[in-house]
Amino acid sequence: MVTKMSDVFKEYERKIPPKLIEEVKEALPPKTSRERVKKILEHVYQEWLSSWAEPGESVGLIAAESIGEPGTQMTLNTFHFAGVAEMNVTVGLPRIIEILDGRQKIKTPMMEIYLKKGYHQKEKVREVARQIKETKAGEIIKEFEINIAEMNLVIRIDEDEMKKLGLKPAELVKILKKGVRGIDLKTEKDRIIGKPSEKDAGINSLYKAKEKIRNAHIAGVKGITQVLPVKKGDEFVVVTAGTNLAEILKLEFVDTYRTKTNDIKETYAVLGIEAARQAIMDEVFKVIEDQGLNVDIRHIMLVADTMCFSGTVKGITRYGVVGEKASVLARASFETPIKHLVNASLIGEEDPLKSVVENVMINQPVPLGTGLPQLSVTLARTPKKTVKKKKTKGKAKK
Amino acid sequence: MSDVYLNGKFIGTVENAKQFLDEAITERRKSKISNNVNFYYDDESDEVRVFSDKGRARRPLIVVKYGEPLLTEKHLQQLKSGELSWSDMVNQGIIEFLDAAEEENALVAYDSSQLTPEHTHLEIDPVTMLGLCASLVPYGNHNQSTRLNAGTKNQKQALGLYVSNYLIRMDMDVNILHTPQKPIVKTATNDIFNYEKHPIGQNMVVAVLSHKGYNMEDAIVINKSSIERGLARSTYFRPAVAEELRYAGGLIDEIGIPDKDVKGYRSEKDYRYLEEDGIIYPEAEVKEGDVIIGKSSPPRFLSSLEEYNLSAGTRRESSVALKHGEKGIVDFVLLTENEEGNRLIQVRLRENRTPEIGDKFTSRHGQKGVIGMIVPQEDMPFSASGIVPDILFSPHGIPSRMTVSHLIELIGGKTGALAGRYIDGTTFSSEPEEALREELLSLGFREDGTETMYNGETGEMYNVKIFIGDMYYLRLKHMVANKLHSRARGPIQLLTRQPTEGRAKEGGLRLGEMEKDTFVAHGASLLLKERFDSDKTIIPICEKCGMVAVHDSFKDRDYCLMCGENAPISKVEISYAFKLFIDELKSMGIYPKFHLRTKY
Repeated sequence: MVTKMSDVFKEYERKIPPKLIEEVKEALPPKTSRERVKKILEHVYQEWLSSWAEPGESVGLIAAESIGEPGTQMTLNTFHFAGVAEMNVTVGLPRIIEILDGRQKIKTPMMEIYLKKGYHQKEKVREVARQIKETKAGEIIKEFEINIAEMNLVIRIDEDEMKKLGLKPAELVKILKKGVRGIDLKTEKDRIIGKPSEKDAGINSLYKAKEKIRNAHIAGVKGITQVLPVKKGDEFVVVTAGTNLAEILKLEFVDTYRTKTNDIKETYAVLGIEAARQAIMDEVFKVIEDQGLNVDIRHIMLVADTMCFSGTVKGITRYGVVGEKASVLARASFETPIKHLVNASLIGEEDPLKSVVENVMINQPVPLGTGLPQLSVTLARTPKKTVKKKKTKGKAKK
Repeated sequence: MSDVYLNGKFIGTVENAKQFLDEAITERRKSKISNNVNFYYDDESDEVRVFSDKGRARRPLIVVKYGEPLLTEKHLQQLKSGELSWSDMVNQGIIEFLDAAEEENALVAYDSSQLTPEHTHLEIDPVTMLGLCASLVPYGNHNQSTRLNAGTKNQKQALGLYVSNYLIRMDMDVNILHTPQKPIVKTATNDIFNYEKHPIGQNMVVAVLSHKGYNMEDAIVINKSSIERGLARSTYFRPAVAEELRYAGGLIDEIGIPDKDVKGYRSEKDYRYLEEDGIIYPEAEVKEGDVIIGKSSPPRFLSSLEEYNLSAGTRRESSVALKHGEKGIVDFVLLTENEEGNRLIQVRLRENRTPEIGDKFTSRHGQKGVIGMIVPQEDMPFSASGIVPDILFSPHGIPSRMTVSHLIELIGGKTGALAGRYIDGTTFSSEPEEALREELLSLGFREDGTETMYNGETGEMYNVKIFIGDMYYLRLKHMVANKLHSRARGPIQLLTRQPTEGRAKEGGLRLGEMEKDTFVAHGASLLLKERFDSDKTIIPICEKCGMVAVHDSFKDRDYCLMCGENAPISKVEISYAFKLFIDELKSMGIYPKFHLRTKY
């Protein structure tokens, strides 16, 4: 019997996911006999089958234990980057908690900016890094002077800093005018003089204008407070403190495929839910790996999935995933029990007792493992005589 | 200008802080200022701090001037002859007490050979850097500080002779070691505070070797015959106290054998040891449940209704009896009265404590462990000269902990025992290890302390030389007899019907939330249900209104408080804790309903 090679694969196409088949095809040495291919595919199929979770397996709890147990061994606190500019990074348990809670604002936002080809010379990387780093007006201004007699603001500029940025005073004034209102700015030699646009404005408004100017965005990307070019393999990566994914991705020299931020909510806002899921997995795994621990990625995948399957990123908190449990008792047993019980009673909520915690509470078998399969037998109708007998007896008992 | 603070309060300023400090300290050394006062200059904040509070930890140091200690050979001779006393030296400014603050300004030389002109003080002896307990650890300078800490902690828990008049004292919950010994390897501190009049351990022959895994994880294997000869035997004293309390209305507790109509009367057998006065006699051997002091109390709440009740007048039984698992011999009975003039009876029970599996022992180096097995002498390994060790200590306890002093003590103890002398193991000034080795060699033993040993069971020679010697071992107060606990069934709590908690109440061992999780993770659903069955109940539930119904066991009928007798009522198995929870919801004004459905 002559079978074509494609037929061998076709047979398994329904059994094995296409990606696995693709992998097998790629890994096969040329001129492998059909029998061998079949054997290999059969092995792959068996292996794939054995990687399934069995029905009734408490995957969630096992994932929780698998992440929670190494968590007890993790060192707390932050550690310091060994570099010229010191950078703080949240690591260890606090970081994991931060990710899983789905925090809106994380403690130490960071980015890893990969660069396109042609930007990997030392000089260029430095140049790029400088362009990314946010410069605020306060950094290039030497001194502010509030002149009460003349009711104006005198700003002395640091010329060295200006040169580094390639800015001229006139250009600076232009930028500042965009950001700051309520004050008229003019250049005068190496100074900038500002007068309130309103005639009867007091010192107060001058002071406010000064603060505004100090915080005015001059150059670079907003939110990027520090940059640090790091050599990774044979290319340079710009690590930053502070993130602004949307703006960074607009820059022409940025490799948009690999550049990422450690802020999950931002990833979600810019790149969507799938990217957020991947980000959760990567970030959690990174922390665990950094601590020298080993957790199967599938546990983390499950956690990331539960956080993301609704379409938005939800933390494992009483406001997030746990708050959406179907059972009142399960929610009440997590946090703020009285709130849940009272609210449930207000709307007459019903608890179907279908999950684990509730059944432990009322002392019933939990619907998992051995408690999952149930045997139901329809009893054949018994003759009427015996029914009567049983009824009288059974009633008293019941 | 520097600010001056006295005991943390601002009191003024001085022009030149350094000069002020110099003058003040000079005055103090002349005893013009009390030598309880300490001066400290903080140059970071430019503040002078003067302390005279009570409760500061201070330590004595020899004053040094121009690189020369003020204490001279002449002083030492005068000290020996008794012409000079310690307080004289303090008053003369030769010796000075520094507190933690003033120590910051001082430069203290470790010993006189290290003195330079910059030094301000000199240690009387390097050991004075250590506290009392830490200085009791021999060869402590060979150890990590953490191990030294552990060693000191352990010594505080050791059994010994805590007072010599213990027989006429009524101290309770106390242990006395029967035959304490002076340590062979001692420290200078031993002599200073009369340690040898009340030692806390015994010299034991220790072999460093594994024994069939029974001394793994810090356990020790101990020689049964040694125990039978009285090794580490101790006596435990436990209290039993009863007081004749007075209550409102002239009522009073009554010590004596309770009448049979007393509420809560125990069986006659339980009172059998009591004499007419209701107190047990000395030397009675008692076991759990036996009454030691018979007592009855007046009825608790006398409401107007109960006054006419027949049973109202009966008194309550409130005897002091031995709790679950306790036993002992009555040692001492004391009749006295307390501060309020109430009659007070104290009974001291004595119990012999022979070392058993699970009792805790330690050397002085933080190498603690419990007995893992008691081996008959015949089966213990023995040396070529026929020495059988008392203790087999596992070698795995050494590398990670790096308690070098433990090993040196073993050699020191061996040398001392063989040479018939005590070894000085004082931290920083001990007999050098090399000298011990040489002496051991001259005594006809290997200098490294190892010996050829033989398997006690087969008689075969071990392929390796075993490190064996004498060590001072301490028995610690943690004994299994006070801790052993298990339960299959027993008392439950009134409110939740769950098992009580704690050994004293014969409680259960809680299967906690995380343990529950492991059951769930294994999918052992039905096993989990069984484990939580401790408070299961069957309650009737009205299917009409969903509330808990009532079961009338006289008529053997169920009825619902809301729907009456004709409502359909089914029995449901549930944990009592959940029933309680439902009741609590009701008390909150929430109406929880059960919708019943057949499970299958």
